[in-house]
Amino acid sequence: MSDLLYSEVEEDLRASVRDLFKDRAEPAALITRTETAEPYDLNLWRTLAADLGAAGLAVPEALGGHGASAREVAVVMEELGRSVAPVPYLGSAVLATSALLATDTAQAEVAERLGKLAAGTLIGALAVPLSTAPGAEFPSAVTAAADGTLTGRVRSVVDASVAELLVVPAVGPDGPGLYTVDAASAGVTVTEAISLDLTRRIADVTLENAAAKRVADASTAASALDTALVTAAGLLASEQLGIAEWALTETVRYLKERYQFARQVGSFQSLKHRLANLYTDLVNARATARYAADCLASGDDIAIAVAVAQARNSPIAVHAAEEAIQLHGGIGMTWEHPAHLYLKRAKSDEIALGTPGRHRAALAPLIDLPA
Amino acid sequence: MTTVDDLNRRVAELLAAYPPESTPRQDFLDARFDAGLAWIHFPEGLGGLNAPRSLQSVVDKELAAAGAPDNDKRRIGIGLGMAAPTILAFGTPEQHQRFLRPLWTEREVWCQLFSEPGAGSDLAALGTHAVRDGDDWLVTGQKVWTSGAHKSQWAILVTRTDPDVPKHRGMTYFLCDMTAPGVEVRPLRQITGEAEFNEVFLSEVRIPDAHRLGAVGEGWKVAQTTLMNERVAIGGTEFPRDGGMVGVVTEVWRERPELRTSELHDRLLKLWVEGESLRLVSSRLRQQLAAGAPGPEGSAVKVAFSELNQAASGLEIELLGDEGLRYDDWTMRRPDGVNFLGREAGYRYLRAKGNSIEGGTSEVLRNIIAERVLGLPSEPRIDKDVAWKDLPR
Ligand SMILES: Cc1cc2nc3c(=O)[nH]c(=O)nc-3n(C[C@H](O)[C@H](O)[C@H](O)COP(=O)(O)OP(=O)(O)OC[C@H]3O[C@@H](n4cnc5c(N)ncnc54)[C@H](O)[C@@H]3O)c2cc1C
Repeated sequence: MSDLLYSEVEEDLRASVRDLFKDRAEPAALITRTETAEPYDLNLWRTLAADLGAAGLAVPEALGGHGASAREVAVVMEELGRSVAPVPYLGSAVLATSALLATDTAQAEVAERLGKLAAGTLIGALAVPLSTAPGAEFPSAVTAAADGTLTGRVRSVVDASVAELLVVPAVGPDGPGLYTVDAASAGVTVTEAISLDLTRRIADVTLENAAAKRVADASTAASALDTALVTAAGLLASEQLGIAEWALTETVRYLKERYQFARQVGSFQSLKHRLANLYTDLVNARATARYAADCLASGDDIAIAVAVAQARNSPIAVHAAEEAIQLHGGIGMTWEHPAHLYLKRAKSDEIALGTPGRHRAALAPLIDLPA
Repeated sequence: MTTVDDLNRRVAELLAAYPPESTPRQDFLDARFDAGLAWIHFPEGLGGLNAPRSLQSVVDKELAAAGAPDNDKRRIGIGLGMAAPTILAFGTPEQHQRFLRPLWTEREVWCQLFSEPGAGSDLAALGTHAVRDGDDWLVTGQKVWTSGAHKSQWAILVTRTDPDVPKHRGMTYFLCDMTAPGVEVRPLRQITGEAEFNEVFLSEVRIPDAHRLGAVGEGWKVAQTTLMNERVAIGGTEFPRDGGMVGVVTEVWRERPELRTSELHDRLLKLWVEGESLRLVSSRLRQQLAAGAPGPEGSAVKVAFSELNQAASGLEIELLGDEGLRYDDWTMRRPDGVNFLGREAGYRYLRAKGNSIEGGTSEVLRNIIAERVLGLPSEPRIDKDVAWKDLPR
């Protein structure tokens, strides 16, 4: 049976990531930052990715990483959910890194890029819409010409606005391929979109005869892309757990402080029961997230574990964030209070990497429950 | 520290000495208990090896594979789930020796005499009183909804021994012989038509002081251990993927394609996901127990379990269409054990309604989560400092 608890090493990792976010991703500052020219905090990113080594956790040591696994990455994701820290972790350390890890890493181009991604000195993005679900058809938005240059447009790419490296699925004369493109090179335009999620941005990527290197050909491109999507979807469940945990903790705190009718509002049973329900959800979300992370680490039962975790945790995170707003009353509706950052993250996460309904549909054949 | 190899060796020795094909069931259970392979996390000499609880499945699997007989968890669920952990925690060495072996080997079935007509959720309000009489106690009162009282030899019993102090302080816990004079069990029929539970009338039942569990006046503390274990026993049971109540529905779905609709499909998938996540939560709970750090999740698991069972059994009769309009049999009977999944769809639907009431209602469990886990303020209370005898009732 898989290990559903946290190891001591994982708890230590959590403690350092949480301390970092507590010091440097304070909610009021986050809210202000969302409306500046630098919505991402790249100094914070460097500390997280490089100093704490969080970007290279799942990258083998031989490739410059820490040789840990998805279990540890999941712990970082939980803390990201709890803090909504504005760093390109999902796009770079999870999506782009997982995609390259699933190609032939003996290639010099791949090894070199992975080394930098793992060290946190290079920010990557995977050029697919963030809403893309695992198992989706290979994207055809970008075409590879015979000379290997890429042309096309991909909407809603997560973390692309700060990415230096784009990993691009494209269809060429020989079929699908996975390509690396330097975001700074000629023919690449990245246009920041106005994102629902203020602390995790999406951007549109336009390529016009952009120079590219093919790192996966028709034989592996589709599976490498799918591995990245499945991995990210499974890990996102841990972020969703973190969001729900923040929502419950903060709401409990507030309801103990707030008095109406000469009582702490949190002493009213109708509210206590709603919070108890959130707790019950959270207990479920933690078990499914841990199981998905453990399966991603061990390689067993991944498809079912990830679909279950996404189908379960997406709605739990959204509901928890919605309850947080409702139970904070008027304050919950204000821009000043961070609850909206969590709702925006939770709702975006629900759409990201496959909606719950989509994951349930994907599950049906896997568990032999046909429509 | 016991290892998997140790356990495998002990299992092999047991099987060699008591070949399942030729050993009578009861003898095999006795031998298994004496080999420490009954509940391996229990102490040596009491059916265990002081081994990590997480390794129990190693033993269970090996024995099942060898075709060894096992005790019937449904018949002795209350003994295993509630009586045993409480006796282990609060019992004297004599009580350990006297009660645990026949409990596990199914020679003595247990029931739980807690609830009363006037004290259900508010268990601490109970009025069944025990009065000291020399070396014995005389117990008088009425209990209700006592599952399996009709087939039990023993009961865990909470009584009032001091009506002059606030309710939580004046209770004492006993092990009650159900065959003693003065114990009368009457079937109480329930919505399924059968009488799984009973009314139990106690008239001057004589219980020796040696069968008191815990100190006089400490009954509430002892009962807490029982109740905590009850939640885990109801909600934290191990079941396989696609098993439990959801498994019953998925089987119908697979076998009867003509019943499928797209609306029911998505509902079924949702329930399947909830079932799988409950399976993982229970398994996480057991891992926490095995690691020695039982979390507060037990109450949440029980709430989730009840909701899932009710939703899944409701879906099942809907799925069955006109068959869902029928019932298997309303004959009043007194079943031998508790079986949530037993019989047909209509029975499951009705029986599942009890899941959110028995072992603490979902409302009470939510109060527990809110107050003890989340630390929210308790309801204003009027009963805290009032002597039990002066409480409104
Ligand atoms: C199938 C079945 C088997 C059982 N087996 C046993 C057994 O073997 N032994 C035994 O001792 N008991 C047994 N019980 C009894 C069970 O423990 C009680 O029914 C249960 O604790 C609820 O008590 P009550 O029925 O008195 O309901 P009440 O306490 O009268 O509750 C009525 C309603 O009020 C709600 N309520 C009560 N207090 C609060 C509160 N503070 N806040 C919010 N809502 C509240 C309850 O949730 C419920 O909805 C069994 C019950 C069932 C259904």
